[in-house]
Amino acid sequence: MHIVACIKQVPDPSQARIDRETGLVIREGVDKIINPYDLHALEEALRIKEAKGGKVTVLSMGPASAEQVLRDAVAMGADQGVLLSHRQFAGADTLATSYTLARAVAKLENVDLVICGKQAVDGDTAQVGPGMAAKLNMPHITQVRKIRELTEDKLVAEKLTDRGYEVVEVPLPAVITVVKELNEPRIPGLRGMMRAKKAEIPVWGPEDIEAEEDRFGLKGSPTQVWRTFEPERQRKGEMLEGTPSEQAAALWQRLKAL
Amino acid sequence: MEIRLRADNCTICGVCEEACPYDAITMAAEGPEFNEECTVCGGCVEACPTEAIYITGRETSPQPQPKDTAGDVWVFAEQRDGELLDVVFELLGEGRRLASDLGMSLGCLLLGDDVDHLAQELIEFGADRVYVGNAPELKHYRDDLYAQVLEHAVRQHRPAILLIGGTSNGRSLAPRVAAGLETGLTADCTGFALDEDGNLLQTRPAFGGNLMATIRCPHHRPQMATVRPKVFPKPDRQAGRKGQVIALELPTFEPWQRILEVIEDADTGPNLAEADIVVAGGRGLGSPENFRLVEELASLLGAAVGASRSVVDAGWVSYAHQVGQTGRTVAPRIYIACGISGAIQHIVGMQSSDIIVAINSDPDAPIFSIATYGIVGKVEEVLPALIREIRGSSS
Ligand SMILES: Cc1cc2nc3c(=O)[nH]c(=O)nc-3n(C[C@H](O)[C@H](O)[C@H](O)COP(=O)(O)OP(=O)(O)OC[C@H]3O[C@@H](n4cnc5c(N)ncnc54)[C@H](O)[C@@H]3O)c2cc1C
Ligand SMILES: Nc1ncnc2c1ncn2[C@@H]1O[C@H](COP(=O)(O)O)[C@@H](O)[C@H]1O
Repeated sequence: MHIVACIKQVPDPSQARIDRETGLVIREGVDKIINPYDLHALEEALRIKEAKGGKVTVLSMGPASAEQVLRDAVAMGADQGVLLSHRQFAGADTLATSYTLARAVAKLENVDLVICGKQAVDGDTAQVGPGMAAKLNMPHITQVRKIRELTEDKLVAEKLTDRGYEVVEVPLPAVITVVKELNEPRIPGLRGMMRAKKAEIPVWGPEDIEAEEDRFGLKGSPTQVWRTFEPERQRKGEMLEGTPSEQAAALWQRLKAL
Repeated sequence: MEIRLRADNCTICGVCEEACPYDAITMAAEGPEFNEECTVCGGCVEACPTEAIYITGRETSPQPQPKDTAGDVWVFAEQRDGELLDVVFELLGEGRRLASDLGMSLGCLLLGDDVDHLAQELIEFGADRVYVGNAPELKHYRDDLYAQVLEHAVRQHRPAILLIGGTSNGRSLAPRVAAGLETGLTADCTGFALDEDGNLLQTRPAFGGNLMATIRCPHHRPQMATVRPKVFPKPDRQAGRKGQVIALELPTFEPWQRILEVIEDADTGPNLAEADIVVAGGRGLGSPENFRLVEELASLLGAAVGASRSVVDAGWVSYAHQVGQTGRTVAPRIYIACGISGAIQHIVGMQSSDIIVAINSDPDAPIFSIATYGIVGKVEEVLPALIREIRGSSS
């Protein structure tokens, strides 16, 4: 079984601090990590490989620095990593990203299952998984919390819904996106880290994946950021002064009156 | 795709030049010439009396047709077990406003098995036309079939805008449809406006920063967006409002998914979305132990417990409690934010609450700018005092 895990490099959300003056995220000194959901995607891919044999390929699109997350994935046990990196891939929205990743999966050949995280914590769109599935003409299941059954040609999984969960069956090849409940990602061992250090991470550009002109990067992105602005904020409320007890009393008086 | 000419058939009659909605054709001595304005819309192909014009290349997706005035504003009407979700009405309210500003009709796409009876409800909440797709296979939501029907319907009717509720189903369906149609999709929008060309301006919290971004999709149609439940108010129902109900032509299904079981958890967690009062805690509580103060206040008030993403990530409470862009959107009568800074990603999930109370030790915390009542103070002092106060007044 050939499983592909798509992993994205993101700024560590636990270190995110906001500059009070500008309202912007302070990027300096913030580590880049594997998108937390994608760790679960990779872990599941590794577990499937351990149970059924086969290989795991990790794919990431991003700047040259994203090579690090692929090495981390190899340290965890992935067989190979491929970095999609090129000047012209920059500025991709979710459609262009879906297209580019889908082209790379097509290039990898004989892929049985593509696993993505539920969403990337920097943009939170959750659009790339289903978008890739559409581009690959494969079925997809989002928010998978458990794989119940996996054979050569089908997958049965529990999909988280707003009200509970559903058990869904799809034929392979397929794309799934996963939530954190699915598994507990492993910590890389020393051997894995050695292997990762030596691993070769090929870098692919538009030609390597035979991408059509105008379908990747900024050019292939139908959505454009038109402007950004600071949300309007004016103090319109009433500040309750005094000691904590006085404040509490003043508040309760107002709430009680509602 | 490309427009080609069968020169032998062409009589140089000029019908195509007139038919072209884009002024992309000029008549030359040998027949029509197509300039770069051509969107391969096929208008000339249909108009040509001698079949001299044809389209080559593989059929991909609808070409961008921003100037195509035929488009409507559409809302996807998600139903579960024959009942429409509230987010559909909320979107109809917003869609109605956009459609009127654009001089378009408001269409609704309703899929299910035997769901015609829901059409009138949609009309009374603002829809002008309801396209209904009935089939046993569509009874329960399925990504593959619903996406196929939506794509087919869009290709046929070419709406200008397509809004989809950001439910778990909507967030799975919308990106599949958008990718199939090769158009843009903006997730979790919190506001819409129009630019002077009639493009949809879609506003959402910007990646990472405490910023909002307005996104446009100027060259592709439909312009697609998802919106979380409770972001827009539910409009009033206009009993007896009239509209059209149209049977949707369904494509041949290519089924992939089989839904083997549907389990509705008895324990759906805190009923945040419906609660009248929400008491929410953030990192300012300092420790998971102090979070119990939030829970105590909530139980005293009969309120649901909410949380910021920071404390959910820290494992103090489960994800089901998270309020904000990535969590739930709530709009209770009273929202009490304890030790929450008020990052934009949190605010978008609770700003429509009627009364917002903020308790924070930092007088400059952004949460105060949206608070109805603000208390500058330490949560570990104010919350116990408030709890005592409430207990005292009820005894
Ligand atoms: C793409 C994306 C999506 C996101 N989605 C969400 C989301 O859905 N929901 C969400 O909540 N966040 C979300 N976030 C995170 C968000 O940006 C903030 O990081 C988060 O809301 C901050 O949580 P907080 O207010 O609890 O913590 P902090 O920002 O650390 O604020 C703590 C506050 O407590 C105050 N405080 C400290 N000590 C005390 C005390 N003793 N007494 C009283 N007050 C005290 C401080 O002054 C401060 O204002 C998202 C971020 C990104 C990038
Ligand atoms: N640049 C990327 N490289 C690799 N995988 C990605 C990339 N962007 C998104 N993904 C995958 O798609 C998932 C959803 O991302 P998003 O739609 O951006 O929220 C992520 O969890 C990843 O698995």
